[in-house]
Amino acid sequence: MKPAAFEYIIPESLDHLLQIKAEHGDEAKPLAGGQSLIPAMNFRMARPSLLVDLNRLPELAWLHVKDGELQVGTMTRMAELQHNPTVAAHVPLIAETVPHIAHPQIRNRGSVGGNLAHADPASELPVVAVALGARFRAISASGERWIPAHEFFLGTFTTSLQPQEILLEVTFPTRQDRTGYAFAEVARRHGDYAMAGVVAVVSLNAQGQCDSAQLVYLNAGDSPTPAVTAAAMLIGNSGTPAAITAAAQHASMEEIAPYGNLHASTEFQRHLARHLTQQALKTAFERARAEFLPHP
Amino acid sequence: MITFTTTINGKSYTRTVEARLLLSDFLRHECGLTGTHVGCEQGACGACTILLDGQAVRSCLMFAVQAEGHAITTVEGLSDDPKNLHPLQQAFRDEHALQCGFCTPGILMSMVPFLAENPTPDEATIREALSGNYCRCTGYQHIVCAIQRAAGVKPKNAHPE
Repeated sequence: MKPAAFEYIIPESLDHLLQIKAEHGDEAKPLAGGQSLIPAMNFRMARPSLLVDLNRLPELAWLHVKDGELQVGTMTRMAELQHNPTVAAHVPLIAETVPHIAHPQIRNRGSVGGNLAHADPASELPVVAVALGARFRAISASGERWIPAHEFFLGTFTTSLQPQEILLEVTFPTRQDRTGYAFAEVARRHGDYAMAGVVAVVSLNAQGQCDSAQLVYLNAGDSPTPAVTAAAMLIGNSGTPAAITAAAQHASMEEIAPYGNLHASTEFQRHLARHLTQQALKTAFERARAEFLPHP
Repeated sequence: MITFTTTINGKSYTRTVEARLLLSDFLRHECGLTGTHVGCEQGACGACTILLDGQAVRSCLMFAVQAEGHAITTVEGLSDDPKNLHPLQQAFRDEHALQCGFCTPGILMSMVPFLAENPTPDEATIREALSGNYCRCTGYQHIVCAIQRAAGVKPKNAHPE
């Protein structure tokens, strides 16, 4: 027996789950895929007194495209996000990124909502959510609200979810015309926590010049870290090597704040971030140009 | 204590356990199925990998009671006859793909569904699929050869017949 003792409840319905959250607040810990929570419990770093198992509520696991958004239920497994052709067709950035999240055995069990609500700054999907401008639907017994991704992640393992709330759904905008998306990371082994990683999104106007750009980093601070100034440096540019190099230099040296660890010093993380930014921006510009005709 | 029923290797088990009992410990201590090995207990090493409804998952990252109503396959479920091994087990034997053998059950249970989905994987795909399993004897080359052999591909560095 490794985890400390806890009370275990399988809610009969979403309403029942929300009642439990209303009564117990933070003490009632939702058990989603368990791929982050259970290791923490095995080490007794987490000792929730009450676990509410979401795995028996099929109404929490679904995904579809509607109103220009990919809408994903909180208990959708990472493997579903990786393999469902709807995801690859409408939000190719997600299909490109998910294979980098841990290993197949973890993705078979790990959930989208659990990953996002865990808010690990080294995790990939939160960075995708911030870069795309995803929205999070939080629900409690007293109502529901939508939270923009950039307001959802407050810090390491900390979100703006209130004690009585659970994350019910996340929506990602679908791919836009003349827009290129790219993800790049470096890990010691495939599936391990990355030392550095970045999402680049580039939109071009009819003349082929950048009219909006996003650069967001993982493992570069307490939460997904945007490089707003570096992204703005690309506006009006067609993606020349000089502009990409300058943006990558600025983002990696001025805008991100990696902590460094046993596997990579802060300097090395900045070095990796600079190279990854160049690589991701180059790919994003190429993909945006290939997207020049409106997508059917 | 919670009473639950699950199916393991085709056999039904009903047991009463504490909610905090990990599935890995349940398999080993309550069911006597010690082929499932327990290494890191944080999901990194892959030694405890089993099939849950046919999908590879870490049994150390599930509570036993969560297996209620599900079908589990452990390494014992691959073959019950040492003279008639599962083709992947036979390939491991033929290619000398184990030294201490601690990681082997987890690798077998990860690679059985992998080969079902990827019947003719190239070496890079095999190595990526193996990234969720540690072999601390570091005998990966022979493991890759065994998986290639099981897939019907002649391994580049095959063990001589």
